[in-house]
Amino acid sequence: MSHAIEVTQGPKVYGYIAEFEEPEQLVEAARKTAEAGYRDFDAYSPFPIHGLAEAMRFKDARVPWIIFVCGIIGAAVGYGLQYYVTVFDYPMNVGGRPNHSWVQYVPITFECGVLFAALGAVVGMFGLNGLPRPYHPVFEAKNFERASDDRFFLVIEASDGKFDPEGTRRFLEGLGPVEVNLVEAEEV
Amino acid sequence: MAETLTKPHDEEPLIEGNQTYASLTETVAGVVQRQKEHPKSWFVAFVLGFGLVNVLLLSITYLVYMGIGIWGNNQPVAWSFDIINFVWWIGIGHAGTLISAILLLMRQEWRTSINRFAEAMTIFAVMCAGMYPLLHTGRPWVAYWLLPYPNILAMWPQPRSPLVWDVFAVSTYMTVSILFWYTGLVPDLATLRDRVKNRFARVLAGMGSLGWRGSAKHWMRYEQAYIILAGLSTPLVLSVHTIVSFDFAVSLLPGWQATIFPPYFVAGAVYAGFAMVLTFMIPMRRWYRIEHLVTMNHIDWMAKIMLTTGLIVFYGYIVEVFYAWYSANPYEQFMMWNRWKGPYAPAYWLLIVCNGVIPQLLWSKKNRRNLSLVFGISLVVSLGMWLERFIIIPVSLHRDFLPSSWGMYYPTIWDFAMFFGTIGFFVMMMFLFVRFIPMISIFEVRELWSRIRPKQPERREVGA
Repeated sequence: MSHAIEVTQGPKVYGYIAEFEEPEQLVEAARKTAEAGYRDFDAYSPFPIHGLAEAMRFKDARVPWIIFVCGIIGAAVGYGLQYYVTVFDYPMNVGGRPNHSWVQYVPITFECGVLFAALGAVVGMFGLNGLPRPYHPVFEAKNFERASDDRFFLVIEASDGKFDPEGTRRFLEGLGPVEVNLVEAEEV
Repeated sequence: MAETLTKPHDEEPLIEGNQTYASLTETVAGVVQRQKEHPKSWFVAFVLGFGLVNVLLLSITYLVYMGIGIWGNNQPVAWSFDIINFVWWIGIGHAGTLISAILLLMRQEWRTSINRFAEAMTIFAVMCAGMYPLLHTGRPWVAYWLLPYPNILAMWPQPRSPLVWDVFAVSTYMTVSILFWYTGLVPDLATLRDRVKNRFARVLAGMGSLGWRGSAKHWMRYEQAYIILAGLSTPLVLSVHTIVSFDFAVSLLPGWQATIFPPYFVAGAVYAGFAMVLTFMIPMRRWYRIEHLVTMNHIDWMAKIMLTTGLIVFYGYIVEVFYAWYSANPYEQFMMWNRWKGPYAPAYWLLIVCNGVIPQLLWSKKNRRNLSLVFGISLVVSLGMWLERFIIIPVSLHRDFLPSSWGMYYPTIWDFAMFFGTIGFFVMMMFLFVRFIPMISIFEVRELWSRIRPKQPERREVGA
C-alpha cells in the first residue's frame, strides 16, 4: 500500500491530509475525491458517518460472510461433539431414549454456533482492518489526535496512480478544508 | 405509540444543552482523565464494596476449608441460596444485553447513553453468578470437569442434561458479552490514548485501542460486525435465561415443571436488570454530572420497561395459580396452597407486594420522573426478584410428594455472607469501572449528536 515516492526535499511521502470541521464536509470531500478518480484514499472520523463509505465508493461484504461461515462451523462442531460423545465414546441408556437424541442437542448446538460466530465477528473485523497495528503514518499528521475527538480528515495516499505532489495538494485545498498538510511515510 | 418511540427527541432532546463534539468527549473522557476529582461518594461506595469483598473472600476460604455443609441447604432442600443467587445475578446481567443489543436492533437511540454502563453491569453480574455453581460443586479446583475434554477418566458431560446446557450457555454468554463490550470500547480507548497525559495510562489505552485510527473503511466493517454481534446477542440472551429456566422446568417437581417458565424467566431477568441499572444510574448521573446525557427521559423509559416486564412477570404468577387449579393435580394444588399458607407464606406475599403491587406506581408519569421514588421502586423490585427465586427453589423443594420427606430450610450466616459478598464484589467492580473506563460510549454519543443537534452555523467559532 505505501509505495512511498521521493519528492524534492527528501522526506518520504505517505500522502496529503486535509482537515475538516463537519462530517457533512468530509462526506462531500470524499465524494469529490472519488469522482476525481482517486482510489488510494481514506477518511478518518471520530464516529461512524452514514454514507461515507458509499461516497468513497468503498465496498466490502466479507465480514458478514466470515461471521456466517464461523457460525455454521460452530454449530457443526457443537452438534458433532454431542453426537460423538453420546453415540460413540460414552453411550448411555437414559430411560430407553435413543443415543442420538437430537432434540436435546439443540441448546448446545445453538450456543456453540453463537460463540464461534461472535469470535469470528471480532477477529474477522479487526483482522480485515489490519489491527492491532500500533503505529501508522497518519498518527504523525498535524492535529490528528483530534480524529478521535471532533475533527474529520481525508488522506490521499502517495501510492495512488493519480497522486502528484502539487496537483493533489491543490485539489485538497479546493475542497474547503481548515488546512492541508503533508504526511510523512514510515521509515523502513 | 410507534411515533413517540421512534422519534422521542421531537419533544425533549436525548442530549441536553448546547454541546459540541469536543464538549461531549470532555464530559465523558474527563471523568477518567481527572483522577483527582472524584466525588467523596465514590470512596464511600468503593470502601463499602471492598469491605464486602473481604467478607466474600473469608466465606469462600471457609467454604473450601469446611465444605458446603456450612450452608443451610441439605435434603430435602438441596438447592437454595447458591442457585437463587446464581439465577438472580444472571437475570440482572440480562438488562445489559437487552439495552446494548435489542434496543440497538430496534433503533432506540436513547440506549446510547446507557449501553456501556449496562454492558459492564452484565459482565460483573455474570461473574458473580458464575461463582455460585462453581463453589457449589464443593471442589471448585476441579470445576473444569464441567467442560467436555478428552480425559483419562474416560467420561464426558451428559449433553442431555439442562445443567450441562447451562455450562455452555453461561460461558458463551460471558464470552460474547466481553467481546461485545470490548469491541464497543476500542474507539473510546483510542480517544483516551490521544488525550491522557500520564504515560502509563497512555500506553495502556494505546494497547487496548489496538491502534484504532477511525478510518472510514474500518468504521464500515466495524459497524457490520457490531450490528451482527447485536443480532447474535439477542437470541443468545433469550436462550441463556430459557436454559436457566430449563434447570427447573425439565424436572418433575410441582412448582418447577411449568411450560410458562422460559418466557416468564426472561421477562423477570429484564425486570431485575432494569431495576439494577436504575439503582446505579440514578446516583451516578448526579455524582458525575452527566444529567445532560442520561436525561429524565432515559429514567422515564427505563421505568416504563420495568413496568412492562413486571406485568409479564405478574402474569406468570397468575398463570401458575391457574395451572394449579386447572391441572386438577393434587400435588400442584398443594404446592400453591403451601405457597399461600405454608411456613414460607410471608415470603410469597412480600413477593406479590414487591413485584406485583408497588411497581404499579410507575403508571404515572409524575412518579416515573420522581428520582427517589424510582430509586426506591428499583430496590423493591430487586428484592422482589430475589424472593421470586426463593419461592421457586426452596419453597418448592421443602414439601414435595411424600410428607415423610418434608423438611424446613434455614439459611446460615455463611449463606448471607456469600450473598452480600457478591453484592460487594459487584459494587466494587462497578465503581472501579466508572473510574477507569469511559462509562458512556463516547463515539456513539457523538454520532447521535451529529444527527440530532440543532442545525445552526453558529458553531463555527470553535475552529482552528
